[in-house]
Amino acid sequence: MMASKPTSVEVRLPSRLGYEKVAMSTAAAVAKLMGFREDRVEDLKTAVAEACINAIEHGNRLNEGLSVGVVLSADADRLEVKVIDDGKGMKGLPRKPDMDRKMHGEEDPRGMGMFLIQALVDEAEWVAGANGKSSYVRLVIRLDKDSE
Amino acid sequence: MQTDTKARVDQLTSPAGHPVTVLRFEGDIASTSKDAVLGTYQALNKETSRLVLLDFSKVDYINSSGIALVIQMLIEAANSAQRVYAFGLSAHFTKVFTMVGITKYAGLFPSQSEALAAL
Repeated sequence: MMASKPTSVEVRLPSRLGYEKVAMSTAAAVAKLMGFREDRVEDLKTAVAEACINAIEHGNRLNEGLSVGVVLSADADRLEVKVIDDGKGMKGLPRKPDMDRKMHGEEDPRGMGMFLIQALVDEAEWVAGANGKSSYVRLVIRLDKDSE
Repeated sequence: MQTDTKARVDQLTSPAGHPVTVLRFEGDIASTSKDAVLGTYQALNKETSRLVLLDFSKVDYINSSGIALVIQMLIEAANSAQRVYAFGLSAHFTKVFTMVGITKYAGLFPSQSEALAAL
């Protein structure tokens, strides 16, 4: 079990699809050390992976000269994850996928990442960086002591 | 970094006597899985593969790009009057598939035997 002293872990990823799994595994390891239940660890893994995929694809546009920063900040009862890229930030808020519209070709089958992030963590916000750079998504997952 | 997706096709018969085409996936289901997921599905004979069962029991990682491939398969299957079912998803990915609405178009079962018994 992790001490209650705030702890920070940082990972820097190349902008190459697949490397989101490094951040995913790191976040899972920190969450397990904090005592999160397995189902919440799985939620976090998917949210972190999707945030990194967005950063790699849309933020850094798959430019391998740019990296994605992942900063995990653990407190006694919450884990915050910031995923930082060099893009202009995401426009708009996540929209719930409409499966009927997708099945009828009225909505792109893709584009579920932001929805999954928001649905799987306790807090999610997308922040556009100044000068169109260093934008980030901030995720928070709370350790619910009553149910852990 | 992503594990290659492997796909294998098995032909089974349900206890009710219906032919069932099982697509067994192994590895990650991500953007790089298009050939394994859609390619394998598209190579099936649409006339003889009326019931398609997806086996995810050896899949550890599915991301939103991988889910989109499954949805593309469901669209093509609906247009070919095929019915698609799946089994072997972890509790987490069962939740994710339910959240995005896939369960409306593909029945999910815990195991192959439970899926076959229902077909």
